[in-house]
Order: sequence, then structure tokens, then C-alpha cells
Amino acid sequence: MNEYEKAERRAAKRKRAVKTITIILLSVWALIVLFPFYWMVLSSIKSYGSYNSERIPKFIAEAPTLQNYISAFTEVPLAKYFLNTLVFTVITTALMLIVTVLAAFAFARLDFKGKNVVFALFLALMMIPNELVIITNFQTITNMGLRNTFHGLVLPSVTSVFYIYLLKENFENIPDELYKAAKVDGTSDMKYLLKVMLPISRPTIITITILKVIECWNSYVWPRLITDDKARFLVSNGIQEIRENGFGRENIPAMMAAVVVISVPLIILFFIFRKKIMEGVARGGTKG
Amino acid sequence: MKKSGLKAWLYLLPSLIFLGFFMVYPLVDVLVYSLEEGYNSASQTFSGVGLYNYAYVLRDPYFLQAVKNTFILVIITVPVSTGLALLISLGLSSIGKLRELFRTIYFLPYVTNTLAVGLVFMILFKKTPYTDGMVNMLIGLFGGKSVDFIEGPYWAKMFVLCFYTVWIVLPFKILILTSALASVNKDYYSAARVDGASGFRIFARITVPMISPMLFYLIITGFIGAFKAYSDSVALFGTNLNAAGMNTIVGYIYDMLYGDSGGYPSYASAAALILFAIVFTITVINLFISRKKVNA
Amino acid sequence: MNVILMGLTKHFPSKNKRSKEVVVAVDDLSFEIPDGQLVGLLGPSGCGKTTTLNLISGLEKPTAGSIFFGKDDVTTVPPEMRGVGLVFQNYALYPHMTVLQNILFPLENLKGDKKLSKEEMLKRAHDAADLVQITELLERKPAELSGGQQQRAAIARALVKMPKILLLDEPLSNLDARLRLQTREELRRIQRETGITTVFVTHDQEEAMSISDMIVVMKDGSLNQKGRPQEVYDDPVNLFVAKFLGNPPINVFRGEVRNEKLFIGQEAVMDAPLYPNGPVTVGIRPEGFVPNDGGRFTCGLVGVEVMGRDTSVVCSHPEFEGASIRAIVSSENNVDASKKTVVFDLKPNKVFLFDVDTGRRLRPGRGSR
Repeated sequence: MNEYEKAERRAAKRKRAVKTITIILLSVWALIVLFPFYWMVLSSIKSYGSYNSERIPKFIAEAPTLQNYISAFTEVPLAKYFLNTLVFTVITTALMLIVTVLAAFAFARLDFKGKNVVFALFLALMMIPNELVIITNFQTITNMGLRNTFHGLVLPSVTSVFYIYLLKENFENIPDELYKAAKVDGTSDMKYLLKVMLPISRPTIITITILKVIECWNSYVWPRLITDDKARFLVSNGIQEIRENGFGRENIPAMMAAVVVISVPLIILFFIFRKKIMEGVARGGTKG
Repeated sequence: MKKSGLKAWLYLLPSLIFLGFFMVYPLVDVLVYSLEEGYNSASQTFSGVGLYNYAYVLRDPYFLQAVKNTFILVIITVPVSTGLALLISLGLSSIGKLRELFRTIYFLPYVTNTLAVGLVFMILFKKTPYTDGMVNMLIGLFGGKSVDFIEGPYWAKMFVLCFYTVWIVLPFKILILTSALASVNKDYYSAARVDGASGFRIFARITVPMISPMLFYLIITGFIGAFKAYSDSVALFGTNLNAAGMNTIVGYIYDMLYGDSGGYPSYASAAALILFAIVFTITVINLFISRKKVNA
Repeated sequence: MNVILMGLTKHFPSKNKRSKEVVVAVDDLSFEIPDGQLVGLLGPSGCGKTTTLNLISGLEKPTAGSIFFGKDDVTTVPPEMRGVGLVFQNYALYPHMTVLQNILFPLENLKGDKKLSKEEMLKRAHDAADLVQITELLERKPAELSGGQQQRAAIARALVKMPKILLLDEPLSNLDARLRLQTREELRRIQRETGITTVFVTHDQEEAMSISDMIVVMKDGSLNQKGRPQEVYDDPVNLFVAKFLGNPPINVFRGEVRNEKLFIGQEAVMDAPLYPNGPVTVGIRPEGFVPNDGGRFTCGLVGVEVMGRDTSVVCSHPEFEGASIRAIVSSENNVDASKKTVVFDLKPNKVFLFDVDTGRRLRPGRGSR
């Protein structure tokens, strides 16, 4: 065995060691990420009594029970929160799609005076933080008497300049020839948009839909400002309400059951559309 | 031609209405609010025009506390999360089969409800008369003294807030950095190896400069995001953040607007514009530095 | 420094993860590259030539076999210790560094007693830049250079550490046609001036033929033929090599040897002394046709393209394998384009016979079939 081979073996050994340590460290962080999820499921299936009698928390549930899930749906209006959020999410996302598609189409496909100026203004709006405009929106919605209504919740949440921008870029990649061919065939703009552009841009449409759904499902600030009637709470305020005045006592297992119920839809969505979501977020989504 | 112009505006109309009504108008309005002194929400009247609202906010101890909290949060979480994300992404790029699994796990916090999972964090860190809680049990295992992280000393509360913030923002950063690393042409690494560069030198001279645009993007968005922190704090410490001493600037704005201490849109507007000024300044500084450092 | 490859083999795991099969990229490759020569590794894409280059540089470890640089067995030596310079197909110039920083980079990595002072490094970098004639471009970033200039910068970076062997992966493929001609002359000049043993990979036979001292023709991971370019062109060992070299490509016919005469169709087109009887594959170089009204090989005439010195005669024949026959003849020979047929004599040294099944070259009188 020559010197190089020895060096090579040493290097290979070191490489294996480094790799093992890397995997161990990565696993530690994976554990930190997963642990809260484990803990909420675990706590949610412990009975109230057994949870509170554990001076030192146990890592397994000795007598698993679904009682907490029943409490979560009966003692607090969790189902109502859930339904509200679903309605809010569906309406907001649908409206967002209509508005976004129309605007992106105008910017990408149609020619009109001042297009570049308007588009530049749109882009400038991307830089405006929500906190700045939310104050007036709060006043507006309050003055219009739309507090505690779906209108009040939905309307200011509809537009996302970023999605218009994303879709416009996507629309522009569709070759001009298709449009010209459609014109020759006598297709109207609207029909072209619906029959040609939307199907071609499906991946982007799905991406922005999913991102908007995540955003809606987790939105907290606006719903908190605009609703004080529990009948109109979304899940985020709902969970806050449960935490502060919920089950009449510190019923943590029941709270955790509520947390699980709230978290599950998005996690399911995530596992179905894992690739799409991660690609979409990598293309420019940000949290919140 | 004229007809198509009109049609284009028709297509734009919905977005123009929404944006005009809920973004452009409020933008002007917030400035007006911030200058109207003694505004009364109920009667919608005000007594004068000036900078009093700004002066009031800047003297308000709650605001100063919020500014302090926010700055500590920013200064700790931005470098920690960016550095950690870089290390994790490098680790991910060096392992084979398990990469996708880890990537998926690491992304999970992104799709969770901040308020809901924050509750879990609170329970893990909280000390109650019945139990010291999960984290304190671990501390005890290593011979430390138990601390109430939720209602205890300031540093402990700040620690949980920072920890939770990092936990929440890391998925996005890992995702961005892993894709940035993956997009670096492998030939550069081969070239550097043939050129005899050591592992660390390859990292410092090749990898980091190659992904520096993405790193700066993350740092800039990280600053902006951290300055706007709010729901994480609510999730951990409840809605009455002033009492907990854990309010953030954004939290202060909302408290001024609504709730038990609310009804002062003028103060809220002034605070929002101060926040905007801070974020704007920091972003400009960041861009200025990145212009010098980032290589296109 | 000469390079010797002995029984070099490289397997890659199959792309299809479920199958246990391996992809054989390089299969039992053995040949020697003489000291100070410019060698072209030639073959179609996927023939394993780039893998061979990576094995020589040390970026890949062979599955079996060994590599010698001179007397030293370097099979297990890591790339940075082999003293090779490598130029990548896309040049792999670090985009965030100036050309000078790129060239200095390998020198800055030297450690121990090889460590150089700042002045020495700068001197070496400037020498390398002078050699490839990019001295004025040293302060620029790679993105500000043209393709040819990037290529030179990459060569300078490879040369600056005074490698024993210079390796280039498809050095001309990213350049436009005009630049390609110019750069290959340049490559030849640099190699001559430095005298460094140089191996380059290419799929373009013209490129390899024009500048190499020696070409190595590979197919499916194994060596088909090696030698001086003209030698290989004039004496291909099999149909693949014959087809791969030459432009326009060799014309291939179905033929048969009967009683020491070569038949294509019904015509005995050429004498074939000492060849055994039986069907053969016939390869005729475009320059092997001589128009002669009294000749023995009649083809249908499709067209005549006069190209100055030469004339390209496009013909057809029922026994031809492919679209159209191309013959290159001197313009002095008048070919009447209005006729339906053209008759040729064949130059015996431009006609090769191959085994119908194996494609192996058949030679007169040797062995039986």
C-alpha cells in the first residue's frame, strides 16, 4: 500500500465520520421540528386527569382517549371556527384568482396607453407593508358597518400584487403565435384566456392558489381586528379565544385537540402538494 | 386600437378598485391620520394638525418597550436563523438518500398555523403549579434550575420568542438556500478540487460568493419580516402583550387601534410610519451593502 | 510526462434506482499517451471519453485498472496531488472573481514548501496570461469576456500551476464556427510552446484530425483505434471508425466478393485480389471516385455541386445504404450534369471492405471466414 492509498483511506474515513456527524446533527434539528407536532398529538389523547397528574411529563399516553376531540367540538364552537375559516378561505382565494387572472391578462396580452406606468405602480405597491394600510382599512370597514361580516373579512384580503406579477410573467412566456392563431380563428380574448392561457398556466395557478390558501388559513391579524363576535371567528382567533377563555379551566389536552384539528387540513394539503408547495414558495413566497 | 385600450382597462378594473380602495387610499390616509391631533374615533373630529402623535408615541413607555423587544428579536433571530439555515442546507447538500425526507420535515413549520403551534410551544416551556413542563424537565436532567419561560424573567421570555421565531422562519430560508446551492454548477467544485482548494476554502471562496445574492435576499427579507413580528409573540404570551412586557412594534400599532387600549388610529398611524421608516432605512442600508458585496 | 492507462474500467450505478445493473462507461481501456504530444480523444456522445478524462484527472475513481504518469502509479492519488490542469467544457471560471483572481486561485491553494510569495504568484499568473494572450483582460470578470477569451482564461488557469498534463473537455464546442478554427490553431501553438502532454476530448472528428498528434477513437467505452490522424483515416480497423472519420462521410454499399472481384449490384466494380468469396460491406471514401466514361461502376446522377477546386457529385445506387452518395472529384474532370448516370473508376486505397456482421475490416488473404 503506497502513501497515497493510506492518505486516501484516512480521507475516506474522515469523510464517513463527517457524514455521520452531519446526519446526526440534521436529525437533531428534525427532532426539534417534529417534537411540537408529536407533543400536541400526544397531549391531545391524554385524559384531563392523567395529564394534570403528570408532575413529570410522560412521552407516551398510557390510556389514550378521544374525549378531548369531543370536548373540542362540543364545549367550544370549534366547528363554527372551522367552517368560518373554510368559507373565508374559499371566497377569498376564488376572488383573488379572478382579479389576478384578469389583471395579469391585461398586462401580459393587451396593449393600452400607460400600461408600463400602471404596472410600475403595481410593483411599487408590493413594497408597502400591510401594517401601514391596515389602520385605514380597519376604520373603513368599521365605518361601513362591516365588522363581524364575511364582507369585512374578505374584501381587504383579496388582492395580492405579487401573484399578479407572478402570473403575468407566466402568461408572457406563452408564445405570441398562439394568440395570433386564435385571433385568425376568430376567438375572443376572453375565450382565449379561458381555453388557452389558463390551461397552459395551470402549474402557476395551482401554486398561487395553494399559497393563498395557506395565507388565508393562517391569517390572524386582520380577523382579530375585524371580528369580536365569536360566531365570526376564524381558527386563529378561535384558538386564541380558546386559550384565554376556552374550556373554563386549564384544559390543555382539549386545547391540544383543537390545535391538532386546526393544523391537520394544511398538513394534509402539504403532503398532497408537497412538490408544488415547495416550488411555489421557493419562487418567491414569504411567510405572512 | 381604441377599443382594445378600453377593454384592457375593463380587465384591470377589479384589481384597480381593490388596490385603490384598500392600498392606495389607506396609504395616503395613514399619513393624514398621523398628523391629525386629538382625533376622536367616535365623532371623527380632530383638534389640530402637527407632529404631536409622533411625539406622544416616541415618549410612550409601551412603545419604547416594544421597540426594544423588536430590536433584540431582530438582532438575534436574523443572524441565527440565516446562519443555521446555511449550515443545515450545506449539511443537506452533502448527504444522499435522506435529503428529501429531511427537506420535507424541515418545511413542515411553514404550513402550520402560527397561533396554534405557538400554543404547543407555550405548553412545552411553561411552568405551572402542577408541572415544570417539558423543557424544564430537560434542563433538570442536565442539572439546571427550572425557569418559567412564559411568565418568568425577561431573558427567558425573550429566549422562547427568539427560539419560536427561528423555528417558524427557518423552513423558508432552508428551502431558498438548498435550491440556491443545488443551482451552483458542479463544475466549479470540480475545478476547485483540481486546483487543490481545501474544503473550507471551497466553501468560503466558491460556495458563499456563488449563493451570495440569495443570502442577501434572505437577510433583507429576514430583517423586514422580523421587524414585523407580532403573531409569534401573541401565540406565546397571549393578547395582552403590554402586560407581559413582550409587545412588538406591530403589536403596539394594533393595540392602539383596537382592543382595551384601542381607539387611537392617529397614534397607530404614527407608530406604523415610524416602523416603516425604520424598516425602510435598514433595507436601504442592506441593499447598499449587498450592492458592494454581491457578485452578479 | 507520458500517461499509461491499463485495463481502465468505470461502472456507474444505473439511473434506474430499482435495477441493480450498472452502466459501463469505460470498459477495459488500455493505451499510452506519449510525452509531449497533443492527443484527441474522439467518439460520439456517450462513448465514455469525458469519463476517461475525469479518470485521468482523478475526479473519478476507476472501478478497475490503473493509471500511470510516467513511472508513478497515480490511480489512487487525489486530483489536487496529480499535477493536472483541467479545462472544463463550460470553462467553469468562477464568475465572482476577476480573470487574475481566477488564475491566482490554484496558486493560492498551494501549501507547505510549495507555497509561493505574492510576487511569485503574480509573476506566474502574468506569464500564463501572456502565453494565452489575455494580459489586457486580467481585471475583467468572466461575464465581460467573449467565449474565446473565457476559453483562454480557463487555459491560463489550468496552466499556471505548471501541470504535468493538461486536460481539456470539449474545448471548442462552446465557440462559434469562425472562432473554433482560430482557437484550435491557438491550442496547437500553446501546446507546442509549453510542450505539456495534452489530452482533449471531442466529438468533432475534424477538430481532432486537424490538430492532434494522435487520435484515440472510442465507442461504447472501449478503444476502437488509435494512431496518427492520417493513419487512422487511411486504414480504419472497422466500419465504425471508417464512418466516424471524414467529411463528407464515407459511402457505404452492400457488396459481394466473387472470384477476387468486388461486385456492387451486378457490376464488378474493382479487382479484389486475395479476398475470400462472400457478401461484404463496402466503404468508399468520397475522394475514391474517379469519373471515367469507360469505368466499371455506374451510378444514377442526382446532381453536381461545383465548389471551386473540387466538385461534389451526388449520385444514387440501389445497393447504397443511406440517402445519397457523395463523391468529391477534381473540377478538372467534367461531369455532364445533364446525363442520367455517371460512371466511375475506384481508387483501390480508398475502398475498404468490412465484415457484414461484425463490421471488422477485411484484409486480403488473411484468415478464412
